[in-house]
Amino acid sequence: MRSPRNDKQEVETTGHSWDGIQEYNNPLPRWWVWILLATIVWGIGYSIAYPAWPLIKGATPGLLGFSTRAQVAADIAAVDQANAALTTKLASADLTTIKDDPTLYGYAVNMGAAVFRANCSQCHGAGAAGNVGFPNLLDNDWLWGGKITDIAYTVQHGVRNEQDPDARYSQMPAWGEILQPEEIHQVVNYVLQISGQQFDATLADAGKQIFADNCAACHGDDGKGNRDVGAPNLTDKIWLYGGDEATLTKTVTYSRFGVMPAWGLRLSQAQVNAAAVYVHQLGGGE
Amino acid sequence: MWDWIKIVALGLIALFAALAANFARDLAYQVHAVLIMLVAAGLFIWTVRRADEPRPATPTGYMDGVIRAGAIATTFWGLAGFLVGVFIAFQLAFPALNFAWAEPFANFGRLRPLHTSAVIFAFGGNALIMTSFYVVQRTSAARLWGGNLAWFVFWGYNLFIVLAATGYLLGATQGKEYAEPEWYIDLWLTIVWVAYLLVFLGTIIKRKEPHIYVANWFYLSFIVTIAMLHIVNNLSLPVSIFGSKSVQVFSGVQDAMVQWWYGHNAVGFFLTAGFLGMMYYFVPKQAERPIYSYKLSIIHFWALIFLYIWAGPHHLHYTALPDWASTLGMVFSVILWMPSWGGMINGLMTLSGAWDKIRTDPIMRMMVISLGFYGMSTFEGPMMSIRAVNSLSHYTDWTIGHVHSGALGWNGMITFSALYFLVPRLWNRERLYSLTLVNWHFWLATIGIILYAASMWVTGIMEGLMWREVDAQGFLVNSFADTVAAKHPMYIVRGLGGAMYLTGALLMAYNLWMTAFGKHHAATVATPAE
Repeated sequence: MRSPRNDKQEVETTGHSWDGIQEYNNPLPRWWVWILLATIVWGIGYSIAYPAWPLIKGATPGLLGFSTRAQVAADIAAVDQANAALTTKLASADLTTIKDDPTLYGYAVNMGAAVFRANCSQCHGAGAAGNVGFPNLLDNDWLWGGKITDIAYTVQHGVRNEQDPDARYSQMPAWGEILQPEEIHQVVNYVLQISGQQFDATLADAGKQIFADNCAACHGDDGKGNRDVGAPNLTDKIWLYGGDEATLTKTVTYSRFGVMPAWGLRLSQAQVNAAAVYVHQLGGGE
Repeated sequence: MWDWIKIVALGLIALFAALAANFARDLAYQVHAVLIMLVAAGLFIWTVRRADEPRPATPTGYMDGVIRAGAIATTFWGLAGFLVGVFIAFQLAFPALNFAWAEPFANFGRLRPLHTSAVIFAFGGNALIMTSFYVVQRTSAARLWGGNLAWFVFWGYNLFIVLAATGYLLGATQGKEYAEPEWYIDLWLTIVWVAYLLVFLGTIIKRKEPHIYVANWFYLSFIVTIAMLHIVNNLSLPVSIFGSKSVQVFSGVQDAMVQWWYGHNAVGFFLTAGFLGMMYYFVPKQAERPIYSYKLSIIHFWALIFLYIWAGPHHLHYTALPDWASTLGMVFSVILWMPSWGGMINGLMTLSGAWDKIRTDPIMRMMVISLGFYGMSTFEGPMMSIRAVNSLSHYTDWTIGHVHSGALGWNGMITFSALYFLVPRLWNRERLYSLTLVNWHFWLATIGIILYAASMWVTGIMEGLMWREVDAQGFLVNSFADTVAAKHPMYIVRGLGGAMYLTGALLMAYNLWMTAFGKHHAATVATPAE
C-alpha cells in the first residue's frame, strides 16, 4: 500500500466517469499482493504434498502418501489394537459370570454404552427409557426375558424381523376379524379391571370369559403374560402402546407387530455382548 | 400482427395447461397447471382487449417502472423469507411448532427450502435484477434494451418464485439443496434467464459510455455463470410429462459433485459476484467518492471468477469424493481469500474518504457493516474449507452461522442500503421518510446478526466436539440426542437474533412505503423518471 503520508489528492483517476462515478488509479495494496502470492505458493506446495492433480487414470498421490480413508482406517486400527485383548475376551466370554472379571466387565459396560448410543438410542431413547412401541429398558418388566443371556439373544437375533430365522417371533391376531365389536368392548373392560383401572363391571364380567377363551393362551389365565412368546403382562400398569380404553381397543382390534433388527448381522460378537451387558446393568436385569 | 401471435400463443398455453391440470399425476403439478392456465388466460383476455389499440410512442428515458416493481418485490419477498426463517428457527428450538393440523405442509422439512429459496432467489434475486437494471442503465447512459422484455423478466422471474414456493409446500422437490424446483419450473427459469441476459447484454452493447463499468462486469459474470450452473445441475428426465417428479441424469458421487459445484457457485456468483456489482455502484454513489483502485477491481474480478468455480469440492471432504478432488477444492478455496477481499478493500477504501459521513449517514454505516461481514465470511469460508477445520465444522451449525453472517450481514445489509438509496430516487422524493428509522433498522439488524452468528459458532463448535468426543478406550461419549439437547439454549438465542433482524426489515418496509406513497408527499406530484 502507498505510505499513509501520500495525500489522496496526488493519486490520479483513470479519467472515466459513469453516472458521476470515477476511479482512482491506486496501485494494488502491497500486503494484498503478498498474501495472494503466499497462498498461491502454499497451494502449489500443498498440491504436491497431497493427492491433487487428476491424470488420465487416477491422480497424483502426493509426496506424503496421504489418504482420508487410510487416515480413518489408521485411527480405527489404533483403537482396535489397543483394545484387542479385551475385545477378543469379551467376544467369547460367558456373560453369566462376566462380573467376576472387573476389568472385562467395566470394559463391556463402557463399550455397550457407546454401542447403545450409536445404534439403540434412536428407538429406545438416549437414556434407554423407551418410547411408545419401544420398551423401556430401565425397569424390570421384560417381554422376552431379563436374564443377561435372554437380553443377549434378543440383541443378537432381534424381534419379528425377516433377516434372522432365529429372531424372537410371535404374532397377536387382529381380533377385529374374529370377535364382534361388542365382544372387544367387553374384553377391553376386563383388561381395564385386571390392570386396576376404572372399568364397567357388566362389560368386564362378560369379558372375563372372552379373555379366558381367546387371550389366556398367550397372556395367561391371570393376564400376567408369558415371556416364551413375548406376551406382555397386562396387570402391571406398564404399557408398550398405552393402557387407556381407546388404545387397548385399537391394540385388540388390529393387533401390534413390533420389530427389532437382528444386531448380530450388523455388529461384532463383542459389541452384541457389550450391549447386552450394558442393558442388563441399567437397573432391571435379572 | 405481434399482438395476434401473442394471443395465439397465450391461448395455446392456457389450453395445454388445462389439459395438464386434467391429466396431472400429483397435487403440486395440478395446482401449478391451474395457476399457469389462469395466468395465461388472464393475459390472453388482456391482450385481446388491447389488440389494435394505438400504442404510445416508445419512451426514450430510463426505464424505471420495472425497477420500482422490483424494489417492491424485493421488500415483500425479504419480509416473507425472514418471517419463514424466524418460524423455522423456533421450530428447531420447539419441535411442537410442527403443528399436527398443518401436516405435512408446514413441517420444517418443507418450510426450510421455502425459507432458503425465498431469501436467496426471491429477495436476493429480485434485488439483483432490480439493481442491475438500474445500474446498467445509469452506467451505460442507455435505456434498457428490448422494450417490454424487462417486464417479462420481472414477472417471469416472480412467477418462477411462486411456482417454486408452492411446489415445496405441496411436496414437489428434486431434493437438491438450493436447486429444489422440479423440471418444468427449471425450464421456465431458463427461458426467463436467457431473456434477462439479452436485456442486460443488449443494454451494454448500445451503451453511450466508451468503457463498461466494473459493476457491470460483476453483474454479467453472475448472469452468465448462473445460467451455466442452473442448466447443468438440473439435467433430469421427467417421469411423466404430466407429473412433477423427475430423475437426475447424474448419480452417486458425480451427482454430489455437480450439486456442490452448483451449490458453491450459487454462493460465489449469485451472492458474491452479483452483490459485488451492487456494491460497486451504490457505495461510490452514496459516499460521493471515486472507487479506490481501478487496478484492484480488474485483478480481483478475474481472480475471483477464475478461482470460485473450482472451490465446490470443499463441501465434500471425507466423503465418497476422491481425495484429489477434495484437495483441489480446498486449495482453490484458500487462494480465493485475497481475491474475495479485493472487493472489501475497494469498498472500504472508497468509503474511507468519507468517514465523517458515517456519524450522520446510517445508510453508509450499513454499507460499512455489510463490507465488514463480507470480509469476515470470506475469511471464514476459506478457513472452513481446510480439511482439518472442516472435519470439525462440517454438518454442524457452524456452517449455518457462516452462511448467515454472509447472507444477513453482507447480502442483506447491502440490499437494504441499495433500497434506501433507490426508493427516494425512483419515486422522485427529496429524501427518505425517516433517517431515525434507518438508524433503528441498522442497530436491530446488526445486533440480530451478532446474536445469530455468535450462537451458531458456539453451538456448532460444541456440537462438532461432542460428536467426536471419545473416551480413553475410543468409545463414543455422546449420543446424537445429547448434542441436540445441549444446543437448545443457543437455538433460542438464534431465533431471537432472527426476530430482531425481521423487526428491522419491517421498519424498513414501513419507511420505504411512507417514502414512496406517504401522504405528506401527495403535494409533490411525481414525474416519472423515464
